[in-house]
Amino acid sequence: MDFPFDLLVNAIVAGLLLGGFYAAVTAGVSISFGMLDIVNIAHPAFIILGSYIAYIINISFGIDPIVVSIVTLPIFYVLGNIIYQVYYVSFEKRGQESLRGLAFFFGLLFVTEVMLILVFGVDYRYVEASYIGPSLHLGNIDFPMRMLVPCISALVVFGLLHLFITRTFTGRAIMAVSQDQLALQLMAADPIRIKRIAFGISIATASIAGALLVIIQPVEPSVGREYIGRVFAICVLGGLGSLPGTLVAAMLLGVMESITSIFYGPSWAPAVAFGFLLLTLAFRPAGLFGR
Amino acid sequence: MSTLRFTLVCAVIGLAVYVCGHLLGIGYLFFAGYTILQFVVLSSAWNILGGYCGYVNFGSAAFFALGAYSTVFFYKFHPLPIPFLIVIGAVVSGIVGLGMGYLTLRLRGAFFAIATLAMAVVLQTLVVNWDYVGGSRGAYIVRADTISIGGYSIEYIEYLFLLMMILAIASIVISRTIARTQLGFGFATIRDDELAAEASGVPTLRLKLIATTISGALMGMAGAPFPYYIGYLQPASAFGLEYGVNSIAMPIIGGTTNWVGPLVGAILLGSLQQIATVTISSAVNLLIVGLLLVAFVVIAPNGVVGLVQDRLRARRSK
Repeated sequence: MDFPFDLLVNAIVAGLLLGGFYAAVTAGVSISFGMLDIVNIAHPAFIILGSYIAYIINISFGIDPIVVSIVTLPIFYVLGNIIYQVYYVSFEKRGQESLRGLAFFFGLLFVTEVMLILVFGVDYRYVEASYIGPSLHLGNIDFPMRMLVPCISALVVFGLLHLFITRTFTGRAIMAVSQDQLALQLMAADPIRIKRIAFGISIATASIAGALLVIIQPVEPSVGREYIGRVFAICVLGGLGSLPGTLVAAMLLGVMESITSIFYGPSWAPAVAFGFLLLTLAFRPAGLFGR
Repeated sequence: MSTLRFTLVCAVIGLAVYVCGHLLGIGYLFFAGYTILQFVVLSSAWNILGGYCGYVNFGSAAFFALGAYSTVFFYKFHPLPIPFLIVIGAVVSGIVGLGMGYLTLRLRGAFFAIATLAMAVVLQTLVVNWDYVGGSRGAYIVRADTISIGGYSIEYIEYLFLLMMILAIASIVISRTIARTQLGFGFATIRDDELAAEASGVPTLRLKLIATTISGALMGMAGAPFPYYIGYLQPASAFGLEYGVNSIAMPIIGGTTNWVGPLVGAILLGSLQQIATVTISSAVNLLIVGLLLVAFVVIAPNGVVGLVQDRLRARRSK
């Protein structure tokens, strides 16, 4: 049997497109977990919340899901601010973030999911947009538009975020707070305020990631759980808090998942991410590019 | 109170509960009681690692499901009496707990928590793809209506209830004994300051591995009789998020510092859920658990037991 070369190339392309999307999903966790050291395992739940907001407005008014998600950015930002404030007052200030902080986010994850189930039920929901359906063809390689559009939007968001973190004053302050909070305080900056802003941005990315998710696949409330492993696998593999590392790791995971699901069947795909995460944690906890 | 006397007291209370239930003659009480006792085992087991050592395990459902699925495997392969299956479930889950701990416990606590979540999904994917134990379609377990023990014939559900009662008592006794021995003090040093403990010569990795193994084994034991209780097991129900959430929520709502907390939490929350499931709906009951969990970690970090202790202390100092 000769090797299906076309299939492999298509799998790799599909994986790269998927990886771009994963990068957008992970960006928020890269900030919260990688830079702020807040283990926000509820992040995927906020992404699903973003998906449902995009869905409900898309179905009611026919507005493009990506446009919706940009409009709702401030709402998610404020939500992030509030959550961080609660987290800070209840856990970080008391030095109890490890056990109770985790339980807090786990509770949030759960409450968000159950509320979505109560409101929308467990049916799969999907959006309508002109680019869902058609594909671009280059030779033997397919570029499905429903993957291409999210991938490009994700890369744009990711690029902007990287510019913001490395070029602006606030962005650099976020990097600083991740390195040495005390030193930042000595520079007369308020670390809590910086962290609040950073966490707000982290949750805000969930709005866009949610809209992209609902374009790529139909969504139901518990889909978010599959993303917990993916997101943290990418985040750890990319080296905590490094945005370029995150992008490379996301592409890598996307390609591996895509190859697995094409050659072994889609029911094995979730195990790839999680198996990958376990192996990374066991053998390379500093990430691919870590020392 | 010595451990032996404590065990006897527990056994007498357990037997009294059973006899009361039997005299009332309402079969549903045993169905509901089984679930509550199962949560007593799960939350006590979670607390050995989570409350004593301070390591959060989100994958309780995975350990529980391992126990349940080893039962399904043996049901298809060669049916065994449930007590043997409980031992097998304990061994399987204990070994997985040990391996899991060995891979991730050298890292920061947060990584362990994330890895346990990951493990639940990996195992669920394996089970979904494993046709022998039913795959995603699930597996039927046929059980007899009655079983005879020592000449007496009793209803099967009462038999399961008694087994779970024994497991619940065993896990409470284990949890209490650990807290009062050197092992428990070792765990507490890890929870309070792992670096300082390591520097003072506490073998932290070995203690953590002991804790994950015991905790995992107890969860596997709780899962082993489950297929016989439910009659039809599918991956989504065995790996259900409600086990993960409840086994965290119950100790935290009860109080994590000693063995009483998980027991109180499991009985309170377990009964509340039974009532809510019957009167409102099962989705609402999960929402209640989630909201209570968030409320307790924010407002009353030491749980119900902590609240009671504070009240007593305030009264004494007056």
